[in-house]
Amino acid sequence: MATQTAEMTNHQNAIQMEGVHKWFGSFHVLKDINLSIRKQDKIVICGPSGSGKSTLIRCINRLEEHQKGKIFVDGIELTADLKQIDRIRSEVGMVFQQFNLFPHLTALENLTLAPIWVRKQAKTEAEEMAMQYLERVKIPEQAHKYPGQLSGGQQQRVAIARSLCMNPKIMLFDEPTSALDPEMIKEVLDVMVGLAESGMTMLVVTHEKGFARTVADQMIFMDEGLIVEEAPPSEFFNNPKSDRTKLFLSQILQH
Amino acid sequence: METSINNKSSRGIDLPPPKTEIGVWGWLYKNLFSSWYNTLFTLFGILLIYWLIPPLIEWSFLKADWVGDSREACSREGACWVFIKVWFGQLMYGRYPIEMRWRIDIAYIILAVSILSLFIPKFRHKHWVGVFLFIGFPVIAYFLFVGGSFGLEHVETTRWGGLFLTLVIGILGIVGSLPFGIVLALGRRSEMPVIRTLSIAFIELWRGVPLITVLFMSSVMFPLFMPEGVNFDKLARAIGGVMLFSAAYMAEVVRGGLQAIPQGQYEAAKALGLGYWRMMGLIIMPQALRIVIPGIVSTFIGVFKDTTLVLIIGLFDFLGMSQAAITNTNWLGFATESYVFTAVGFWIFCFGMSRYSMAVEKKMHVAYKK
Repeated sequence: MATQTAEMTNHQNAIQMEGVHKWFGSFHVLKDINLSIRKQDKIVICGPSGSGKSTLIRCINRLEEHQKGKIFVDGIELTADLKQIDRIRSEVGMVFQQFNLFPHLTALENLTLAPIWVRKQAKTEAEEMAMQYLERVKIPEQAHKYPGQLSGGQQQRVAIARSLCMNPKIMLFDEPTSALDPEMIKEVLDVMVGLAESGMTMLVVTHEKGFARTVADQMIFMDEGLIVEEAPPSEFFNNPKSDRTKLFLSQILQH
Repeated sequence: METSINNKSSRGIDLPPPKTEIGVWGWLYKNLFSSWYNTLFTLFGILLIYWLIPPLIEWSFLKADWVGDSREACSREGACWVFIKVWFGQLMYGRYPIEMRWRIDIAYIILAVSILSLFIPKFRHKHWVGVFLFIGFPVIAYFLFVGGSFGLEHVETTRWGGLFLTLVIGILGIVGSLPFGIVLALGRRSEMPVIRTLSIAFIELWRGVPLITVLFMSSVMFPLFMPEGVNFDKLARAIGGVMLFSAAYMAEVVRGGLQAIPQGQYEAAKALGLGYWRMMGLIIMPQALRIVIPGIVSTFIGVFKDTTLVLIIGLFDFLGMSQAAITNTNWLGFATESYVFTAVGFWIFCFGMSRYSMAVEKKMHVAYKK
């Protein structure tokens, strides 16, 4: 029974997680996660591997199921209702570490597939929009190439454009640059910075400190399934409060 | 950046490669005589060819009898292809009435033209040909072959035989098994326990019994369970049995392909909001089927050859007719000619399928090439 205030909060926030727990078998991977992300927030989640950060964002579009607690995306509660899940998924875009482009389709076809089949757009309309997004990620000339013919950085940019073609309200990024060669990381981060500046709500799991400092409104540090610290980047990097955060930062700042 | 001019004098003179590297001698040297054991194998191979090929050519061509109408024309020095000539009609059509064979021929022509049209690169209405082949053609073929309406005389299915019957059972078995196999494979991977259990049970049951018993059951046992007067055509029952049997095999082949698709593909499709059937139809199946084309075509070829088992229920397919021909009292002793002819016939179809599958694979790999 949500109170009037609670309902209002739920509807205002892009993502609301309340008391969320998740287990993989007997392994407790998410422990009492409480998170409020407002529209146009840019949140960066970092932490050691195995801390549950990927699992957390994958719960938001139901690629993983939470066993306890509530998750609200754009005011809609995430439950086992398949229709709701599909609706939420078309409002939430996701970019994967391994790009996950569809190898049997060209870049353009990758982009137009969902708008045509989910939003029922006409092919010409979808292609026009897709070309616009390809220009936005600066690779319009690759439209008719297959993913196997593109570099990693280009593939990831196509993947970002593919998610954007569904006009999502929220974009989730699961370590988008971790599988890229260093010289390609910048081109992808530039696209993400541009996206942030255009006002997209973004939830990014990454280790890229430069990006975090530039773009993030809030840093979240996770360790062993818990949210250990939450602070704006300046505070987070310069004045971490928890010992675990300090340890983690000392490890990554070495590089 | 300065582009350097390709100048022989700046790089020295280009020497031609040694004779053993290029041309005919080069190929011979590298492939046949490159080491002492290779040379030995080559010599052994040449010996084998010398032993086998001339007698074969002599038997099947040089000393063979091609002209004649009856047994007397066979000198028995070589193959007597007169035997095949005399029996050709039955080997092709079984005991289908001779004056009605044109109905089968018309269907062959329609089929050949439709399929050939798919090979023309510039032809733009291939989708309609596909629809016709799967929906229109079977209906037309049914009325042509069975008759009984549109002024065509009815022909009992027990009279169907020869290559015609093999093609009917083979094509229907193959075309029916793929969609059904896909559905079973998806069912087996389903998260819903009832569907999964039913799929597994079906697959394991139909894969676990020999096709002979399936045909036997369909022919002898099935009618016992039917109420009085309900009579399914024997051929229809056999075709149904072949379809279900090969669907079970196909299901496992397709499941192998589904397993090879990385989890990320499923996730990316779901993340875009594609529902289950769209994800399967647009993303997963095109990739999975592509991967297992060798397995699928192998299963097709297997089904095509398995059709020969219908002899057990009294239907005379291509092989069955050739058996009937050699046990005919007038034509005893021509087993070799008969089996060679049947083997070559099957080989042509199976090799054709195999070649076609390679062409399909090649075409689809264009998408993955750099």
